[in-house]
Amino acid sequence: MNDIERVKKLIIDKPLKLDCGQTISNFPLAYETYGKLNDKKDNAILAFHALTGDQFASGTNPITKKEGWWNYLIGPGKAIDTQKYFVICANVLGGCMGSYGPSNINPKTSKNFGTEFPVITINDMVNAQYHLLEFFKIKKLFSVLGGSMGGMQVLQFVSNFPDKSETAIPIACTHSHSAQNIALNELGRQSIMADHNWVNGFYEENNKSPDKGLAVARMAAHITYLSKKGLQEKFGRKLQERDDLKFGFDADFQIESYLRHQGSVFVDRFDANSYLYITRAMDYFDLSKKFDGNLSKAFEKTNTKFFIISFTSDWLYPTSENREIVIALNSIGKDVGFAEITSDKGHDSFLLDVPDFLNTIKNFLNTSYNKQNEKRI
Amino acid sequence: MKKEFNTIASLVEKKSKVLDVGCGDGELMKYIYENITNDIRGLEISKSNVQKCVAKGLTVIEGDAEKDLKQFPKSSFDYVILSQTLQAFLDPEKVISELLRVGKKAIVTIPNFGYWKVRIHLLFRGTMPITKNLPNEWYNTPNLHMCTIKDFVNYCNKKNIKINSKNLSYKNLFSQLGIFVIEK
Repeated sequence: MNDIERVKKLIIDKPLKLDCGQTISNFPLAYETYGKLNDKKDNAILAFHALTGDQFASGTNPITKKEGWWNYLIGPGKAIDTQKYFVICANVLGGCMGSYGPSNINPKTSKNFGTEFPVITINDMVNAQYHLLEFFKIKKLFSVLGGSMGGMQVLQFVSNFPDKSETAIPIACTHSHSAQNIALNELGRQSIMADHNWVNGFYEENNKSPDKGLAVARMAAHITYLSKKGLQEKFGRKLQERDDLKFGFDADFQIESYLRHQGSVFVDRFDANSYLYITRAMDYFDLSKKFDGNLSKAFEKTNTKFFIISFTSDWLYPTSENREIVIALNSIGKDVGFAEITSDKGHDSFLLDVPDFLNTIKNFLNTSYNKQNEKRI
Repeated sequence: MKKEFNTIASLVEKKSKVLDVGCGDGELMKYIYENITNDIRGLEISKSNVQKCVAKGLTVIEGDAEKDLKQFPKSSFDYVILSQTLQAFLDPEKVISELLRVGKKAIVTIPNFGYWKVRIHLLFRGTMPITKNLPNEWYNTPNLHMCTIKDFVNYCNKKNIKINSKNLSYKNLFSQLGIFVIEK
């Protein structure tokens, strides 16, 4: 955990009133930046991460020593060229990579918060991250973007701060978590809570760790990030280092071995309580609720230029749900582009090397950036 | 650029708000964006064309005109352009009424089945006409509802849609394309 103490943190001293009613203050928000903020401060992009992401979007993650989760997209000479743009990415509230979350110490008890940490929402996450603009003295971001839960944060950000970003790219997301989404998240939570090492959320003070529960949660979720076709092509019925079935419950199939591996590496880098809190935040996300079910009203005050992207094989946040956002924006005459990218890689497509996807973002951002500069001249 | 596009662009007023329905690779949109108005966006069904539009820096929405026009509010554009795709829709009548709902004016072009070469082809060869504007065979043409300039004007008159219809008989015989500005 010493490494995590060394990540960049902004201490937010202003009190933040959470949706659950509690107020937090003097809390850390861990962040990382890529590229340089130019003198005009018009090249800043705020990237929001998904459920299990963190602030290390590009380069090498100093904690896990693995590649940043958006390395295909962000970096020098990449689709979001950090020689041109200044990218900021923060660990969400409730996360476990240095931001204020359930593994922080509760000042009242001097122990880890565990499940005494307040329940947070996408709205809370975005309101916390807004302080980064003040910290960097950025009047207006050039873009906000993110996939999955990152896309939900994009929508919430533009709704909360309608004149704070020139462009916005919500990717493979939804404006309202569906029953299916909630059901899948509940499966993951129940799996964690069923592990006796979870100890009602107070595993840290008991020197325990609900690794098995968290691993199963990750395995189940991982399936939802892929497509049936993608799985079939990659694994089919191929056997794992054996010539025939063993008539037991060992990992006979490659897909079983793959999932077990995904589960086991995940527990090394992620906190079980954070998993509960962040999935809960996603489930509570319903952007139009505050506007009597009229999603358009969430965007009425904004002139932010949107580009929405979905993927053909994404069944977790399918095209139809992304298109609802397009429709809501069009119906009030907002500037919105939309593309459904062909990919067999399922929901995970936004994290992978999908050239049409990467080019779409590159072209949209670069031409929007040129237009932004033309307007000034 | 297609000659037709020059004519269409000349019909669009400066600084107006435009939707190009079935905008293809964005060639016409780009011309209008650079020369007439930068408040233009396109609706396009083909994924490869959507990518081409994005590469040109144009605002494009991937979608189907027969399903996705309904999301736009009434009179949300000064001009809605439909260039040579009307005859390919399953329900052109519905599309026309949607164009006129969404746009204050609609610019519609159609390949003219009354063009003399088309008539002569059918009259003397007795087979479905193939011309520069109608390059496909009957079995693989995307065109489901062919009409003549006269048919289109008659339709508009019947539906009380305002349309320019000067020199109708002449145009119906000698124009390969009909280009119309229509409004309710």
